[in-house]
Amino acid sequence: MSKDKSDVSRVVWESGLEVKPVYGPAELEASGGYGRVGVPGEHPYTRGIHPTMYRGRPWTMRQYSGFGTAEETRERFLFLIKNGQTGLNVAFDLPTQNGYDSDHPMAQGEVGRVGMAVDTLADMEIAFDGIDLAKISTSLTINGSAVPIMAMYFAMAKKRGYALKDLRGTAQNDILKEFIGRGTWIFPVDDSVRLVGDTMEFCAKQAPKYSPVSVCGYHVRESGANPAQEMAYGLAIACAYLEHVMARGLSVDEVAPGLSFNFDIHGNIWEQVAKFRAGRRLFATIMKDRYGAKDPRSMQLRMIAGGGGGGLTVQQPENNIMRGAYYALISALSGTQTMALCCFDEAYTIPSERAAKLSLRTMQILMTEMGLCDTVDPLGGSWFVESMTNEMERQIQQILATLEGGAGIVAAVREGRVQAEVNRGAWERERKIESGEVKKVGVNCFVEEEEQRDVALHPYREEEAARQVQRLKRIRETRDAAAVERTLAELRKVAAAKQNVMPATIDAVEAYATVGELCGVLREVYGEFKEPVGSWR
Amino acid sequence: MSQSKERAAIKVLIAKPGLDGHDVGAKLVGRALAEAGMTVCYSGLKRSPEQIAERAAAEGVDVVGLSIMSGAHLPLAQGALSALQARGLSHLPLVVGGVIPEKDREPLLALGVAAVFPVGTPFEEIVKAIEGLVGDAKGGRTAR
Repeated sequence: MSKDKSDVSRVVWESGLEVKPVYGPAELEASGGYGRVGVPGEHPYTRGIHPTMYRGRPWTMRQYSGFGTAEETRERFLFLIKNGQTGLNVAFDLPTQNGYDSDHPMAQGEVGRVGMAVDTLADMEIAFDGIDLAKISTSLTINGSAVPIMAMYFAMAKKRGYALKDLRGTAQNDILKEFIGRGTWIFPVDDSVRLVGDTMEFCAKQAPKYSPVSVCGYHVRESGANPAQEMAYGLAIACAYLEHVMARGLSVDEVAPGLSFNFDIHGNIWEQVAKFRAGRRLFATIMKDRYGAKDPRSMQLRMIAGGGGGGLTVQQPENNIMRGAYYALISALSGTQTMALCCFDEAYTIPSERAAKLSLRTMQILMTEMGLCDTVDPLGGSWFVESMTNEMERQIQQILATLEGGAGIVAAVREGRVQAEVNRGAWERERKIESGEVKKVGVNCFVEEEEQRDVALHPYREEEAARQVQRLKRIRETRDAAAVERTLAELRKVAAAKQNVMPATIDAVEAYATVGELCGVLREVYGEFKEPVGSWR
Repeated sequence: MSQSKERAAIKVLIAKPGLDGHDVGAKLVGRALAEAGMTVCYSGLKRSPEQIAERAAAEGVDVVGLSIMSGAHLPLAQGALSALQARGLSHLPLVVGGVIPEKDREPLLALGVAAVFPVGTPFEEIVKAIEGLVGDAKGGRTAR
């Protein structure tokens, strides 16, 4: 690698910001000063969204989990709760995420493999049986098929006697990022955004404590974006959903409190810290200045953070335990509301009980032994951290300016421009790891020749998949066929009229219509997304 | 024949079978093969075995690469092999990359998969292996 000698001492973050060797008052002043730091719990929330942060409200611990059938998943939920987990985060299998029933040809070999299989309300009822939904809040990691899955969660809660108006929880339901990375899209871009709008409108009116959307910079970062792009695209996506529902006549303060975020952690510790502080400040500023928000909750960037799969390695997998612990530390120092860590074996397999518990214990150790909850934003006021927060804010703003608001990102995703940008980023990063410019322990330095990769693999049980298909068939035979037909016809009607599909979907899931039937109706009405494959490189 | 010209003769289809939407690896490998001088087509996400075989036939590729991160590599590779055979393309080498545990390498090879590239395989190794496979498939053309 030929490098100019004067470059040797340069430190440049992935986002393109250059770091000086020492920071003091002059450097901070040059970056913009302390002016916009503010007070915790007050606009612009640089230091955190609550006045006392973890003193008053420790972060929620919510490991991503689910596999096989609802019965197996429920067992893992109970195991995690027994070990002190304070929230749930459901993984669904790929047929469920893509809107197919477990007996669809495309589902072959995939049923229950990367998450819990859900075909009907019955699966949701089994998974949460005996779990108090008022005590344990649940996050549903579901996107393309979010409408039927959220409807099933709501129907299950109603059946158990919980009022929707008091129900807490989150759905990931960020479809725009699925087009950028992760890929569980089903319908065309504009119809998909309208479905997200339907869930936001429904929750604003019927389930105001439920967060219908968790905007994921996370997967955009995992797909190749740098941290500044991650935050910029995340904020732009949030604006897109917000503008969509505001065009229906809802006010910013009716819907913005339902927005939450999911961000990535891997990479340079200080760059992540600056990203979160700058992102919080920008979100508050945009909500207030651009959309006229008055409710403080509309301006508070609430987030889940701690994961960073892209930072973990298949080489020397135990090293991922340490990485997870550092990521947890960064999230706590960055003021996250909820934490979920990638397990050390996750580059190989569905996490084992042992690995999931280690992640949980990592968070518990941090919370109880290390003093992370002692005081608010302990990094606040550092010349370095505040300078880089200022610089990061400008960097994110510059990227946002190129997107020209919420409509801009929808068009950029539809045309594959964001995809092309992150693909380029992924390639550049890979090249830097290959060349050794970016160092990864166990990958391009401190490599072990005869490595023992001793990771126990999660068994995939064919008989559980068969059991799922049996249950689906039994339900199809025993349910009230006329009610299913009637409610699906109603869904077809409201979807074609571009009315809110949530009430009709809830009626249909209560009649035990399947995920595949519900998404099938929407596929008929909207068609399917045609991937702009040309943007792959 | 110069080395780069020989490589340009190799045409590869990188395909995503099944429902897994994680395509960063597929695109990276595709790009690395293209940088090595190969002609690369990418299928896009969620292709059925039949769609993959159809594209392989339409493009006249020399090798098909499946990228699978979901763990369903055994049934998906079997499906693709059957679909290729149904189209009379069983001579095409099929290679599989992604999250593939070491214990599944032999079963994949036993199905008829020509090579397996788990996460972490250097691009250079994939390029060399494909050159070797295409050389063999085309009747002893040596590639280096």
